[in-house]
Amino acid sequence: MSHKELNLKLKVWRQKNAQTAGAFKTYELNGISDEMSFLEMLDVLNEKLITEGGEPVAFDHDCREGICGMCSLYIDGKPHGPWQANTTCQLHMRAFNDGDTITIEPWRANSFPIVKDLTVDRSAFDRIIQAGGYVSVNTGNAVDGNSLPIEKDKADEAFASAMCIGCGACVAACKNSSAMLFLSAKVSHLALLPQGAPERKSRVLNMVAQMDKEGFGSCTNTGACEAACPKEISIANIARLNKEYIGASLTSE
Amino acid sequence: MLNAKIPAGKLDDKWVDYKGHCKLVNPANKRKMEVIVVGTGLAGASAAASLGEMGYKVKAFCFQDSPRRAHSIAAQGGINAAKNYQNDGDSVFRLFYDTIKGGDYRAREANVHRLAEVSTNIIDQCVAQGVPFAREYGGLLSNRSFGGTQVQRTFYAAGQTGQQLLIGAYQALERQVALGNVQMFARHEMLDVVKVDGAAKGIIARNLVTGELERHFGYAVLLCTGGYGNVFYLSTNAMGSNVTAAWKAHKQGAYFANPCFTQIHPTCIPVSGDHQSKLTLMSESLRNDGRIWVPKKLGDDRKANDIPEDERDYYLERRYPAFGNLVPRDVASRAAKERCDAGYGVGTSKQAVYLDYAAAIERYGKTEASKKGLSNVSHEEIIALGKEVVKEKYGNLFDMYAKITGDNPYEVPMRIYPAVHYTMGGLWVDYELQTTVPGLYALGEANFSDHGANRLGASALMQGLADGYFVIPYTLGNNLADEIYNAPIPTTHPAFEAAEKAVAERIQTLKNINGKQSVESFHKRLGKIIWDKCGMARNAEGLKQAIAEVQALKKEFWSDVRIPGEINEFNPELDKANRVADFIELGELMCVDALNREESCGGHFREEYQTADGEALRDDENFMYVAAWEAKAEHEWQLHKEELKYEVIKPSQRNYK
Repeated sequence: MSHKELNLKLKVWRQKNAQTAGAFKTYELNGISDEMSFLEMLDVLNEKLITEGGEPVAFDHDCREGICGMCSLYIDGKPHGPWQANTTCQLHMRAFNDGDTITIEPWRANSFPIVKDLTVDRSAFDRIIQAGGYVSVNTGNAVDGNSLPIEKDKADEAFASAMCIGCGACVAACKNSSAMLFLSAKVSHLALLPQGAPERKSRVLNMVAQMDKEGFGSCTNTGACEAACPKEISIANIARLNKEYIGASLTSE
Repeated sequence: MLNAKIPAGKLDDKWVDYKGHCKLVNPANKRKMEVIVVGTGLAGASAAASLGEMGYKVKAFCFQDSPRRAHSIAAQGGINAAKNYQNDGDSVFRLFYDTIKGGDYRAREANVHRLAEVSTNIIDQCVAQGVPFAREYGGLLSNRSFGGTQVQRTFYAAGQTGQQLLIGAYQALERQVALGNVQMFARHEMLDVVKVDGAAKGIIARNLVTGELERHFGYAVLLCTGGYGNVFYLSTNAMGSNVTAAWKAHKQGAYFANPCFTQIHPTCIPVSGDHQSKLTLMSESLRNDGRIWVPKKLGDDRKANDIPEDERDYYLERRYPAFGNLVPRDVASRAAKERCDAGYGVGTSKQAVYLDYAAAIERYGKTEASKKGLSNVSHEEIIALGKEVVKEKYGNLFDMYAKITGDNPYEVPMRIYPAVHYTMGGLWVDYELQTTVPGLYALGEANFSDHGANRLGASALMQGLADGYFVIPYTLGNNLADEIYNAPIPTTHPAFEAAEKAVAERIQTLKNINGKQSVESFHKRLGKIIWDKCGMARNAEGLKQAIAEVQALKKEFWSDVRIPGEINEFNPELDKANRVADFIELGELMCVDALNREESCGGHFREEYQTADGEALRDDENFMYVAAWEAKAEHEWQLHKEELKYEVIKPSQRNYK
């Protein structure tokens, strides 16, 4: 493969903390190899800012292999940037052209307050899980793993929902800042498995209540969440969530 | 001599006897006892959840924005357990034996046997939590094989086993948070252990959002903070993975064991340039079906697919016919290095070998065709069917490879090269997972105990969860039973005050340096020194040079590092500076340890000690011990030895031929 070098203009959201207002700042960055990952490009920018005596851009990142869910940039109007089924850390500069202007923003949602620059607080997701996103089984209570056969298709379907990395791209993509895709993925994962059956009703009711309490918006079925999801969590999960919710609401005492 | 407090009795009975006789804390007392857990990966989350369920008041800490991000999440391939569901002759003893042998006879028998015993409980527990393991059509759990074994005992969830196990533990943890048994402190970093009368009684943590220092009391402190692979700068670890908590513990008196035992994983995506910030692993499970080769001809520049079959050197199959592509990691890594050093490497850097799926795709395609009862199938159709199967098994890994390299691994062989992945060394712990500081424990990758000089694939997840779910709940109670008579120590105690002051001063000192070079640039230089001289091959001369270079780097760091921003705000550069300062000190100790160990074993390959055909040459007579280092002063450590006694297994030259 041949490699090229890019000269870029970056429009980056800078904001000192949650209390102060933010604004875009523009930086020129030259000689970026198209083999770099997007975050490595930001590393280069930060290195430059530090040596010039400036303040580096704060952004969340950790595993840089697309699984921890920590990276979270809104790039040119798309959560995680232009590639399909991708996280920001796996986005590579091959996706851009020499001379491009790239706009980089944090996730924008009231329920994800900005910590600094491009870093946001996603603890609302943890609280939604706390409301019921688990099977209540203490350590040591388990029976043999093979005592409960599970249809392969069901297990695969549950796995597909369980793949959610909790990054919040679905919320960032949604015009209503709805967390329905995130929530529905967890509800589906556990509703599809026999282990989740005993708490099936209380789980969906409590988790939805917590989501509303956190101030996430409603779902209007635009499908933007599914399109932005790095793990291709299907919008069918939301349909399943609605079914679970209605069923639980109508039949719970 | 160090006392590992291994229970007496037959190996099979030790853990059973221990559980039957250890002291217990009654429920009313547990409710009064605070316990600190640092780190929320598999070991930390499972420990915090289990202790919370038992009734302890747990405070859990992680530096990430959520406990679900811990780097256990990135483990791909699987988790071992001696279930023998495949009826292929597996047993607790065999898992124990494979682990000891795989570790090149440098692990502690009693700990490893316990690990093998509880391995089966882990699978049951995770299934009960709803972890969606891969299943067969009959609805039962599926297994695959992994390096260093001849049975299929690895449970998996596609290429995301770590993620699914961690989400299981995380959900159990969040349930305890909801019940009020665990208090979670995300975006917090432990910056020191607080000792009162010689025992660990709390920590100083920094709130990474506000920069404030906090004091937390606990009757015990559990470090579940992972390994130190990032000392190499480039590794498969997450960017934030660090040694700081373990290193602070070390400076407070906890011995650091076998720091030179680091694992270089054979199948990673090769380095592409100076900008590289991390390396990406391609799961070892790929060696199940992939074949590793280089051209037979020196300087063969043809494209991989243009090189005919008989001009390819499947060097692992050639050198190790019994295990072939499934030799343990240390052996596979060294073999790749040997071929590349000899000039047979591929790709632009020549520092890579091929991992080829063409044969597997064809084989699976034929099986699929016959399963579907198709006859007269064309080669193209077979390949298409085979690709579907490979996609289901390894799809996410292939996608990841394609994104990073821009190549399509379904069409052309992947290029791979070894990279730093795991650290077998860590804080020295006894049978109860307690360090040499009373009340201070280390679990999971942060301790040293189970993997000897080389870890087998799919064993890290097993150990993290074994320690957290099934070991610490017993051993902690055994020690806390005596603590019920002691009142909690208020955080106004002079020990807390002094510890917080020391941490604050260190941060201020770092900030005041106001030099010219970034933290990152120091980290890169440290990594290069350690990789070049304490990496896949080491020798005395290189190690001595490395020690001098690291010492000089430390001096330069403390006089010329530049940390932008303020102390009392969200400042990732400051967090990183704290961590790199500790990595530099650890780097020196790694070289000291590697220099001391005049033998080759597992991941530690001293060039002076090898057999005629280039295999590692152990010296059991002089080095069958755990090297546990006590920090004495700057650049000064004292060696303590724990003799390893093999009562059941007879150590032999590892042979995978």
